[in-house]
Amino acid sequence: MCWSVPGKIIDIEGNIATVEHSGVQRKVPLDLITDPAIGEYVLVHAGYAIQKVSEEKAKFTIDFFKTRGKNA
Amino acid sequence: MLKYLDEYRDAPLALEIAEAIRGLSTKPFNIMEVCGGHTMAIRKNGIQKIVGENINLISGPGCPVCVTSKVDIDKAIAISQIEDVALCTFGDMIYVPGTKMSLSEAKARGRDIRTVYSVYDAIGFAKKEKEKKIIFISIGFETTTPTVSAAVKQCAREGISNFGILTLNKTMPAALREVLSEEESKIDALLCPGHVSTITGTGMYNFIVDELGVSCCISGFEPVDMLKAIYILTEGHEVGEKKLANAYERAVKAEGNKKARAMMEEVFRAASVEWRGFGVIPGSGLELKDDYAKFDAGKIFDIDVPPAEETDRCMCGDILRGKLKPIDCKLFKTACTPEDPQGACMVSSEGTCAAWYKYGEL
Amino acid sequence: MNSKVTIAHGSGGKMTRALIKDVFFKYLGNDILDRCDDSAVIEIDKGRIAVTTDSFVVKPIFFPGGDIGKLAICGTVNDLAVSGAEPKYITCGFIIEEGFPVTDLEVIVRSMAKWACEANVKIVAGDTKVVEIGEADGIFINTSGVGILKHDRELGVDKISSGDKIIVSGTIGDHAIAILSKRKGLRFESTIESDCAPLNKMLTEVIESGAEVKFMRDVTRGGLATTLNEVAEDVGILINEESLPVSEPVRGATELLGLDPVYLANEGKVIILVKASDEAKVLQILKNNEYGAKAETIGEVTEENVGKVCLKTILGVTRIIDMPTAEHLPRIC
Repeated sequence: MCWSVPGKIIDIEGNIATVEHSGVQRKVPLDLITDPAIGEYVLVHAGYAIQKVSEEKAKFTIDFFKTRGKNA
Repeated sequence: MLKYLDEYRDAPLALEIAEAIRGLSTKPFNIMEVCGGHTMAIRKNGIQKIVGENINLISGPGCPVCVTSKVDIDKAIAISQIEDVALCTFGDMIYVPGTKMSLSEAKARGRDIRTVYSVYDAIGFAKKEKEKKIIFISIGFETTTPTVSAAVKQCAREGISNFGILTLNKTMPAALREVLSEEESKIDALLCPGHVSTITGTGMYNFIVDELGVSCCISGFEPVDMLKAIYILTEGHEVGEKKLANAYERAVKAEGNKKARAMMEEVFRAASVEWRGFGVIPGSGLELKDDYAKFDAGKIFDIDVPPAEETDRCMCGDILRGKLKPIDCKLFKTACTPEDPQGACMVSSEGTCAAWYKYGEL
Repeated sequence: MNSKVTIAHGSGGKMTRALIKDVFFKYLGNDILDRCDDSAVIEIDKGRIAVTTDSFVVKPIFFPGGDIGKLAICGTVNDLAVSGAEPKYITCGFIIEEGFPVTDLEVIVRSMAKWACEANVKIVAGDTKVVEIGEADGIFINTSGVGILKHDRELGVDKISSGDKIIVSGTIGDHAIAILSKRKGLRFESTIESDCAPLNKMLTEVIESGAEVKFMRDVTRGGLATTLNEVAEDVGILINEESLPVSEPVRGATELLGLDPVYLANEGKVIILVKASDEAKVLQILKNNEYGAKAETIGEVTEENVGKVCLKTILGVTRIIDMPTAEHLPRIC
């Protein structure tokens, strides 16, 4: 349905961020993001940033199963 | 290192979760993966082969190209014939056959048709080529629609008048209700589209659990993400518990992306539109509101295109509803191949039949 | 020398002679070409020769890591080298659109001279035609190439047998992404350069090492998937997803655009099918070479699934890699 990949905001100029995906950089409009900041990760879809990626929640997916997996 | 991707491609962890699913699963379990992206990711990694015999992964109507009706393709082609029009489209739409031809054939006959990665690039053309009328074919669900809403608002704000869109966007709820309300729908649970949910939030699925009694789990697109979601759904299925879960928390907040939704609601309103293989589904599409009518290609040009009928032997409708698998369709791999697609499920790179053909079974 | 190529340059008169002297001969001149004969006369001792032809229409003409001129030389050289021949002579036909900047033509021809010298081949015949504006898109180059086979070894798909190892000479998808990064409507910055390079010296080393090479093919437009499917007519092929060499920036770009590296074009990569016992020998030769530093064994020939190319995914599941049907376009869903 929607191909989207995480990338790191490495620069912001007005409403346009430069987002980097392991060596590839692209200009991405920030119209859909509230208070974007350099260093944050965003999901990019069809050339726009559509949501921020939460670092803390990211770990949860991995740890989720490590604890649960053991007693399943 | 692709942060937030590679961690979820950890094969040992994925295989561990798959083993736990097989251990947990004792009875038949039909899970529909709504999103074409999930269909691709499952087939590409071979997930359907490691979750055990009981679990049956069924593709749903979640590929925006597949569900675009033939008459809408004919409208796009009609627009491309108009003088000074440069038609911009996502690459996915180029090979979808209309009644007489596809966009790639129209391009080969000299029409100005450009593939773009973003509607933002189409705005770039409009700014540079004042003499051209730049029309963007707007497809997609709740993930893509906000990007087009932002683009239309930008053009209004900056007074860019040589830009327009052909609105073919669709929304999920109405279509899901249609698929799940079939009497003989044998779908027990939904693997819900992760990126649509980053915008809509989790609330959109409540009616599916509460009214239709079908469990939902929002999933990302990497092996560990999808297997975690399947694990959670299997847990519930084994004890007969109906629930809504979010296995893609790094990207999906419960409230979704309010700013994006507000922008969508400002520019578009609900409309009844035709889905390929389904016919018209009330309230399942979008149209531009009156304030933005000057960007509506349907109003800028008067396009009248005769109704188009589907090839009757084509089973795409039943495959999109999850009632049939590609191998159940007589045309699959015989009359219907990527080189000569009969229906949309084979044309779109993310279509169910394209995924089955491309990442074929041995 | 006026700044634009005009129809007059293609008319065969004074302007044509001036263009040939001031641009083509200035960089490509050699004992055979300077004779200006209607055809090049070449001494060849007995034995077999390899002959090939190719056309180059790449857009944009100049891209990170190369240009249409470098592509024309390297593409022709590589076609000869993978047939086990030592490339010797190349001819070039130019079709130029009226209005094409002479300075650009000069850059292209200078690049051809440089890479012909690097590959140790001579351009022995050439032709130039100029067409009206709109009848061509800037510049097209057609080449033919002649190479000498100094050994009697026979390479061919029919030599391939079960158990042979499949080696790719480096990372896949570099050329396609270098081109896409500059294409209108896409525009992204990256450090990725085209892998366009002359592989003849490296491949001659492989042939002369005595390793039992069964077959070689350069992996170009349809990507690794196409080349492997071409090879898998009477045998089965099994590839390991984990061993496919893809550079980090290309992984970033393919993730961003929804592309699969196995379907992306290359211009300086070959696959080598070799007897299992000589796998290490060939890998060592490649890795000691500038254009083979990232070579990897990616799989092997199998008896099962004849006619099919199979991929063992990171989850250990085996699935099919199909031949691409159409141009592999960036996608959003």
